[in-house]
Amino acid sequence: MTVTDEITATAPESAGIIGQRMLRKEDPVLLTGEAVFTNDMVVPGALHLAVLRSPYAHAKLISVDTSAAVAMPGVQAVYSGADLAELWASPMPCAWPVTDDMLSPEHYPIATDTVNYVGDGVAVVLADSNMIAHDAIELIDVTYEPLEAVTSITDALSDRVVVHDELGTNSSYTWNLLVEEAEGDVQRAFDAAAFTVSEQYVQQRLIPMAMEPRAVVAVPQPFGGDMTLYSSTQIPHILKVMVAVTLGFPEHQLRVVAPAVGGGFGAKLDVYAEELLCIALANKHACPVRWNEDRSENTVATVQGRGQVQNIELAADANGKLTAVRVRLVADMGAYLQLITPGVPLLGAFLYAGVYDLPKAYDFSCTGVFTTMTPTDAYRGAGRPEATYAIERAMNALAAEMDVDPLDVRRRNFIGPEQYPYEAFTGLVYDSADHDAALGIAEELVDYNGLRAQQAKQNTADETKRLGIGVSTYFEMCGLAPSRVLASLNYSAGGWEAATVRILPTSKVQVVTGTSPHGQGHETAWSMIVADKLGIDPADVDVLHSDTTIAPLGMDTYGSRSLPVGGVAVGMACDQVIAKAKQIAAHQLEASSDDIEFAGGVFSVAGSPDKEMPLAAVAFEAFTAHDLPDDLEPNLEVQVSYDPPNFSWPFGTHICVVEVDTETGAVDVLKYVAVDDCGVQVNPLIVEGQVHGGVVQGLAQALYEGAVYDSDGNLQTSTLAEYLVPAASDVPPITLGLSVTPSPTNSLGVKGVGEAGTIGAAPAVMNAIVDALSDLGVSDVPMPASPLNVWTAINSSQSAANTEANGGS
Amino acid sequence: MEITVTVNGTSHTHDVEPRTLLVHYIREHVGLTGTNIGCDTSSCGACSVHLNGEAVKSCTLLAVQADGQEIRTIEGMADADGTLHPMQQAFMENHGLQCGYCTPGMVMAATSLLEENPQPTEQDVRLGLEGNLCRCTGYHNIVKSVLAAAAND
Ligand code: FES
Ligand code: FES
Repeated sequence: MTVTDEITATAPESAGIIGQRMLRKEDPVLLTGEAVFTNDMVVPGALHLAVLRSPYAHAKLISVDTSAAVAMPGVQAVYSGADLAELWASPMPCAWPVTDDMLSPEHYPIATDTVNYVGDGVAVVLADSNMIAHDAIELIDVTYEPLEAVTSITDALSDRVVVHDELGTNSSYTWNLLVEEAEGDVQRAFDAAAFTVSEQYVQQRLIPMAMEPRAVVAVPQPFGGDMTLYSSTQIPHILKVMVAVTLGFPEHQLRVVAPAVGGGFGAKLDVYAEELLCIALANKHACPVRWNEDRSENTVATVQGRGQVQNIELAADANGKLTAVRVRLVADMGAYLQLITPGVPLLGAFLYAGVYDLPKAYDFSCTGVFTTMTPTDAYRGAGRPEATYAIERAMNALAAEMDVDPLDVRRRNFIGPEQYPYEAFTGLVYDSADHDAALGIAEELVDYNGLRAQQAKQNTADETKRLGIGVSTYFEMCGLAPSRVLASLNYSAGGWEAATVRILPTSKVQVVTGTSPHGQGHETAWSMIVADKLGIDPADVDVLHSDTTIAPLGMDTYGSRSLPVGGVAVGMACDQVIAKAKQIAAHQLEASSDDIEFAGGVFSVAGSPDKEMPLAAVAFEAFTAHDLPDDLEPNLEVQVSYDPPNFSWPFGTHICVVEVDTETGAVDVLKYVAVDDCGVQVNPLIVEGQVHGGVVQGLAQALYEGAVYDSDGNLQTSTLAEYLVPAASDVPPITLGLSVTPSPTNSLGVKGVGEAGTIGAAPAVMNAIVDALSDLGVSDVPMPASPLNVWTAINSSQSAANTEANGGS
Repeated sequence: MEITVTVNGTSHTHDVEPRTLLVHYIREHVGLTGTNIGCDTSSCGACSVHLNGEAVKSCTLLAVQADGQEIRTIEGMADADGTLHPMQQAFMENHGLQCGYCTPGMVMAATSLLEENPQPTEQDVRLGLEGNLCRCTGYHNIVKSVLAAAAND
């Protein structure tokens, strides 16, 4: 097993550019240090912002004395929350009020009377340098009256301590989804079930930890009135709208730019206090203001992910076929509702039946609670990894209950390939899939039967190195999202994407996209789509993005949406450009435009092969406009806004093989196989990279990562020395298998791939660990499965077994 | 305090505060921003540069400690004619980068690793890059890139 393992199956033949392993256009600037990340920008005259953050998880603010800090040389201003109150037209935005009666505390960029998590901002300094600004915040004297912290979901639910007095409770909302053919179906299914499973799983909080911390630069034009915000964000477009609303800043004078962005993973899909502070203070001081986040600041001031307690119950008939699923979820919102905090767990609400054929007998409910910890929000997969984890762990519990192989119980429940497109119990239509085929590829790649035989031999009663095999079969609901579906979920925005394709006079092509890449390679992939459509060299295409002046329309990058929504929009714009070009070619070639054919970048007349005109010539005609058809406008440029008719549904199988040392609790991942079917692959090189990275993030949740808080609400894992982002030596190479099932819902047949790896990985790893230890009576190990957690799980189940054997008490 | 440091073959003399870290010196005084900062605990390796030919995390040194020494940063790796360094080329060919934020540090650490061990095994590469974190790639293609660079040498 080595890292140079290659893909085993072969991709379907593609005549064109789609499907080629084209090297990335993005790489040369990134490889040479030429790329400009936000904090690399040179901004003459900028003041540096530093934020003083609360050391208490919950406290009343009694006084903020800024006098000593103001007196420091090089300090231009110091402000408390009260000093800034008049700058905010409205509180920080939450765009997803999931229920009409959802409770949300008012949240301002700097606290005014209480602080609600360690890291909550209490005052800011503006100074001539970053160093002075940081020195000065040390001189601000704040008096707090500490209150009790709320650091667990159970404690939050009890309302023992209410985080936000004015709300009277810690419960923000309860959202229900009950789907039954006839009232009482779910309960009847459980009453009649041959097998039932009832499990509780805990999704620990995770710190997203993009390698680039956040950074912001606001550059005003004091006399002209314009404002440019540079931010390390995934969402320049959404940010522009939200800034306009929150600050009352005229949107048409606001430009938001995301320069090179060093990873996001959902944590940069937000509207942050520092973005609003930089703009408001740049405006007030009539000079540029910049801020960059330290890593230990990032761990508390940037949103965290996951944080759920999941109760899942399955009912199955005598054949192991699912008859009902019931889910009760409690999700930790943290101290405030950020941009989409309350909606994140609900993105998983449709996936707790996984890839299985469930009748209309589904009962889901989620309660969001406030705690005194950093707000949670989207983190790679956002709700869907959590859902997949619960159903895939529970399916293994069902297999154990029935004493059948975990693959067997899955196969009995798969939605069959002939059932697609498949209307699920929720009413959502799944586009296309072949679950058994993907499972079969993974099974073969890993040599499943061989491993089971080896396991039977190896895992004898007193063996301390135990082999475990874990599988997960999953859906990734992505391509966010049909705007009408978002409306039905109370989301405040749409899910369309915009694209412009513009042929320049010399036939080079500019593409303007509303997606905002930060590592996903859109410049390369969109160039390939355009080159394939127009029959040109991808090198002749330039992709413009992430600047609201250059690309005014867009909904940005998250939720594996960029290709199935944004990429499809690019393809559609190409089709319309070609249609217009055909009219010009027809005019020039004196033919009917219905007779014009287009292939390999050349327009020709059907049946008259000598009559042809290359795209370059048509482009120049469109530019000079000397001889266009009467009713045709000059230029070859088309803008498209595409609202997807459906989500897309990538799917796949992951299998993980581990060896667990029962004496030390150490887990060694021996092999990891992933078969991710994301439909047509525009560039397999990029697809594979996304899967590799996703798998390692999911595997890291299973084995290494967790935000740990003490009972006073202090984050114990606030640096990269304590929070275990895995290094190369901590993770295995990943073997990929290929399965391609095109999506019938879009013209490219694509589905999206950004989150797949993460969704499939955590349950595969944990199922493997539990599989290794099931003979010892272990049915769950809390994540992360650190040596201590594994060892404790083994020993507590052993001592429970001993107690029972001895007649127990 | 006045220091003179050779960076990518050019000598620079600056007056710096004694507490200035080498990484801040490189980014803010010399003006080369290819070297990134990813942490405040010397954990991530984003700031890796070569000091007298060997990879160091430039956030672990003070600028004054580099006085009279030779530094090479990511900006000094490719040839002036635009030809990438073989390690940069290998990262490109093997998709060893996504967002690219860890990449300058990875490339500096990886070249230094091959300097010490020209024919590493996969495990040697994984262990050798232990001090450099990447959040995007899952390391698979980074390891592949370094092995490819070693094989091409
Ligand atoms: S910035 Fe130097 S090791 Fe992280
Ligand atoms: S490529 Fe993004 S952190 Fe390594």
